[in-house]
Amino acid sequence: MNPFVTFRVALRALMRNKTRSGLTMLGIVIGVSAVIAMVAIGEGAKVKVAQAFDAMGTNLLMVHSGSSTGGGMRGGAGSMPTLTWGDLAALRTEVSTVKYAAPVCQTGASLQSDEQNWTATVVGTTLDYFAIRNWGVVKGVLFTQADVDSGTKVLVMGRTTAEKLFGAGIDPVGRSIRIRGSPFQVVGMLAEKGQAPMGQDYDDTVVMPVSTFRTKIQGGLGNFIPGVVFVGATSASTTSRAQRDIEDLLRDRHHVQAGIENDFSVRNLSEVASASQQGTQIMTTLLAAVAAVSLVVGGIGIMNILLVSVTERTREIGVRMAIGAKPRNILAQFLVEALTLSLIGGLVGIGLGILTAQQLAATFQWPLLLRTDIILLAVGFSAAIGIVFGMYPAWKASRLDPIDALRYE
Amino acid sequence: MAMQPNSADGPVLLRLDGVTKVYHLGDGVDVHALRGVSLDVVAGEFVAVMGASGSGKSTLMNLLGCLDRPTEGAYVLEGRDVSRLSRNDLAEVRNRTMGFVFQSFNLLSRTSAKENVELPLLYAGATGRERKERALASLERVGLADRAHHHPNQLSGGQQQRVAIARALVNQPRILLADEPTGNLDSRTSVEIMALFQELGRSGITVVLVTHEPDIAAYATRVVVMRDGRVVDDRRQAPLAAVPPPPGDPDEAGGAP
Repeated sequence: MNPFVTFRVALRALMRNKTRSGLTMLGIVIGVSAVIAMVAIGEGAKVKVAQAFDAMGTNLLMVHSGSSTGGGMRGGAGSMPTLTWGDLAALRTEVSTVKYAAPVCQTGASLQSDEQNWTATVVGTTLDYFAIRNWGVVKGVLFTQADVDSGTKVLVMGRTTAEKLFGAGIDPVGRSIRIRGSPFQVVGMLAEKGQAPMGQDYDDTVVMPVSTFRTKIQGGLGNFIPGVVFVGATSASTTSRAQRDIEDLLRDRHHVQAGIENDFSVRNLSEVASASQQGTQIMTTLLAAVAAVSLVVGGIGIMNILLVSVTERTREIGVRMAIGAKPRNILAQFLVEALTLSLIGGLVGIGLGILTAQQLAATFQWPLLLRTDIILLAVGFSAAIGIVFGMYPAWKASRLDPIDALRYE
Repeated sequence: MAMQPNSADGPVLLRLDGVTKVYHLGDGVDVHALRGVSLDVVAGEFVAVMGASGSGKSTLMNLLGCLDRPTEGAYVLEGRDVSRLSRNDLAEVRNRTMGFVFQSFNLLSRTSAKENVELPLLYAGATGRERKERALASLERVGLADRAHHHPNQLSGGQQQRVAIARALVNQPRILLADEPTGNLDSRTSVEIMALFQELGRSGITVVLVTHEPDIAAYATRVVVMRDGRVVDDRRQAPLAAVPPPPGDPDEAGGAP
């Protein structure tokens, strides 16, 4: 009997019991669509995380001051300022792998426009900051090096802050606001940046020259930088080397003896990003594994129904044998029935999985990432499940004795 | 003490020679269903096998139908010993040489008459076109060409049995084996079916029929009576002509489904 005829016989047998066939398929449909949707979610989350880290800055390293240790308490990184303005200058000029270095001093402060009060993050920095973070203005201009040198009371504003202070769609450039009693002029509006990896809004901020920040917002201790230093390495491949170079330079400048702990810390953001990506990857794998379990459960459903079906159709099997079906014909028929159930279920599952992934991507505003290899794997897996779980019932059917089968009530 | 029947013309189609069948039920209990049966059937004979239940007539039918193999003895079918063939070879013999008709019709439900009739051709490896033509021809032969696309539940009992006979005939078998084919039919429909069998017999097909009703056996050309696994009577007879049913609406010529 040729495979096409076998397939038609199987299809006809399945069509004779549409509801049951449909319900049996449902297990595979859910399994396959779950696998596809879960993997798509995971991939989307991965890209989202990568985007969030990209938004922080390219090839970014963060240098924190050391921790204060007093009365048995350790204050944590940055609690005791150890980084000096001299360190910053040395980083910029003496380390070949460092392209940019910017001090980042920040605090929350209340901003007042003529209409509104709003509390936002106030950042004091230099022009390198915008280069490291790939950040520019969409309206107006950035403040200049001259502003940094002379401590001019100008600032650029994030989109969220502008909306809160002036209302949506109002151009903030040229307006003035007050922070801690001093008037500032808005010279530019920053491009939209979105969310930080932990969910803060990058666009709810104002950025001003660090010199202005120190005189008008928060002073700090003379020589020491009251914040962190953002460092941009020359390229993605040099970030690790830049990290070592910075550590060497600062240990030297701070006269840290060999064997003594650093009085500062350098964090490589690409490492944090990849750790975070790994976490997402593990989550994706776990989700897909759970979904795959449901696929196996679907396969057991197929086996279950086929076993019932073999029992129920014992007489049919007897008749088929009496009129000349060989055991292998019966085996093939039931195997193909199982395969048809699982393959059609798999195909419907792909459709449903893609739809679900689209819905989820739209809901979470994630990019939709469908992996062809996963889709093919899911279909292949469901076909394999059909064969594996169809084998036992099919074998049972083919071993029936025609006489007993014909006499079966 | 098997009696030899009167001589019949034609070549011997099948021969049983000292056939026994023992079923081992375990615990050392053996059931001797057949205790040495020898039988010659000539092509074109219409044989009725009679006997009480437990007489071995069903076992004899299963052996003749190549559904089972004898414990001892030989079964020669068309000059070939088929008593030791494998399951696969037996399936092929059944497909090419045998047609089966059952008491409960055994049609596939929710499957049209034509598709039911096509089934043996599927396993014979016929092409789609060939299957269709032969199935329709076979339905025509049993007078149901106009019911080809009806499902069994849309047919009367007599019509269902005719479809089953069409299915048995579709592969042009030498032998038609019928196990109580009229057991589920009313007497008028039974006569119709017997008329059909007689017609098939005249066209050269050997019919072997199991029944416990003497008035059904009366339509056969030969009656074999079994008791306790042995043939106790075997005689040829002048068959009673199955009178065709009076003309009327053919749709009403049915029996209990």
